Amino acid sequence: VAGLGRGRATVFLAPALVLVGTFLVFPAVWTLYLGLLDYSLTGASAQAPNFVGTQNYTDALADPLFRNSLYLTLLYVGFSAVLGQNVLGFLLAWYFRSAPRPVRGTLTVLVLLAWILPGSVVAFLWQALLDRENGTLNALLHTTGTAWTIDHPMAVIIIFNIWRGTAFSMLLYSAALSTVPASHLEVARMAGARQWQQLRDIVLPTVRRHILTNTLLITLWTFNDFTPYLLTGGGPDNRSETLPVYIYKTAILNGRLGFGSAISLLLLLANLVIAVVYIRLLRGGSDEAALRRAERKAARAARRRQQSQPAVSP
Amino acid sequence: MTTAPGAATVRHVVGRIGLYVGICLLTVFFALPLLWLVLTPFSRNPSYRAALSGFSLDNFDKLFHNPQTWPSLRNSIYLAAGSALLVIVMAALASYALSRVRVPGRDQLLYGLLLLSSIVTGTAAMVPIFLMLYQLNLLDRQFGVVLVLTGGLLPAAVFILKDFVDSIPRSYEESARVFGASSGQILRHIVLPLIRPGMATLGVWAVVLVWGNFLMPYVLLSNPDKQPAAVVMYTFYDAGGQPNFALISTFALVYSVPVVVLYLFVNRRYGFAFQGGIKG
Repeated sequence: VAGLGRGRATVFLAPALVLVGTFLVFPAVWTLYLGLLDYSLTGASAQAPNFVGTQNYTDALADPLFRNSLYLTLLYVGFSAVLGQNVLGFLLAWYFRSAPRPVRGTLTVLVLLAWILPGSVVAFLWQALLDRENGTLNALLHTTGTAWTIDHPMAVIIIFNIWRGTAFSMLLYSAALSTVPASHLEVARMAGARQWQQLRDIVLPTVRRHILTNTLLITLWTFNDFTPYLLTGGGPDNRSETLPVYIYKTAILNGRLGFGSAISLLLLLANLVIAVVYIRLLRGGSDEAALRRAERKAARAARRRQQSQPAVSP
Repeated sequence: MTTAPGAATVRHVVGRIGLYVGICLLTVFFALPLLWLVLTPFSRNPSYRAALSGFSLDNFDKLFHNPQTWPSLRNSIYLAAGSALLVIVMAALASYALSRVRVPGRDQLLYGLLLLSSIVTGTAAMVPIFLMLYQLNLLDRQFGVVLVLTGGLLPAAVFILKDFVDSIPRSYEESARVFGASSGQILRHIVLPLIRPGMATLGVWAVVLVWGNFLMPYVLLSNPDKQPAAVVMYTFYDAGGQPNFALISTFALVYSVPVVVLYLFVNRRYGFAFQGGIKG
């Protein structure tokens, strides 16, 4: 131990562990317990919450608004992240390989800006874009008077999130595509393979793992994304009320803390499933690499044995 | 080849045209929402319209004379700097200890915490965190928000910084010890200077994430005097519910600039993009 006893190490570690324990581990565990109570912010059950068992969960499953928000969340994640950001990010990364420098530079800056600007700002930018009377979109399409956020709230937040989050997929796929050996593509091109054939037969198998990683990460983030609230407030008539917005409204605004906790737990579990799949995937990757290393080693040993055999047995 | 050369050329040309049209549309799609942020702050009659109706800097004058502008930016700075500072100090101490002392189950602990921090997001934990701060009497206190945000950022921060500490050869510390340096001196004069780039990266990362965070201050702070820029932006409405465009447009610009600058700084200096930790 270089200059650091076990005691001092504990002292160094303690502040971080205490903070993480209090504000990350404890809330997660507490949700489990709170979800079993009829805890509310006001009224009789604020003072002495009762143990109600799994009633919050049965209530939630029976609540059409909850099922609505679950369905909307799946739509939101599926179309904006899994399909939208994923495909658009990949296409951008693919196009950038042969794109003229100024085009690539311009697009990269724009896509990155959409990603790094604070959520409050981009939400307002989109409100300006979609405004009924003076919005840029209506001016361009000559459709003044169309209230996009009221007529098509889900489409709006889905397209918004594609705009907002494609940068991550683009960056990840750009890095992934640079690992595809150029010589393989060269050979395929000389054999007369078209772009999409190269894509299907060479590129996609090579970056398969990156695609999975990317899909899982953006799924996790989009699942927990609160920004739709800033754009539509979950409305009109709960028609864009994804799960995070639903939790905020029921638990914080309406003060149904126990019920909200029960639903939070479902969100936590969904996150857990995604994260565990992701980690297994990463670990699977290292297993595979280890396997390949072992195979190479075995092959080398076999070759050495072959070479050395004549010399050993005269 | 079954297709005639002519058909192949036609297909090629059509493909090219299709590609250019697609790229143009995509550029417009990504640029269009940003137009408002660039034009409206300088417009004489700011509205939802993304157009420059006469150049003027009056809007900035209004912004800087608004009583909410400076306090909210100061609150943002307080939250961001406070969280970044706590994250850096705690992560540095923890990652040094984890890197240098063989604790059984250390890697599992680190992975477990990292896993946890990606699962326990602001949205999923908003109820228990709200309730906990309520009972700790930390609700509507900025310090409470700093603690919550720091707790969320720490696992990833320790993970990143431990890599930096691991790369420092132990022989540096051992030879210092031979010459009679105390643990404190070793930490201060050898370890800290070597992991400073890692700490700077972490700091920028934490500042950007906290600066843009809307949900936590929105849920945990109710007093408008304590709210950061992310939340205050949504209070610039007049009595009729109409947004005050002069204020919102300039405020959005002023509030965005630090993030873009920090991003450029990190990108130029370290050449990578940062993202992760608590979102939303």
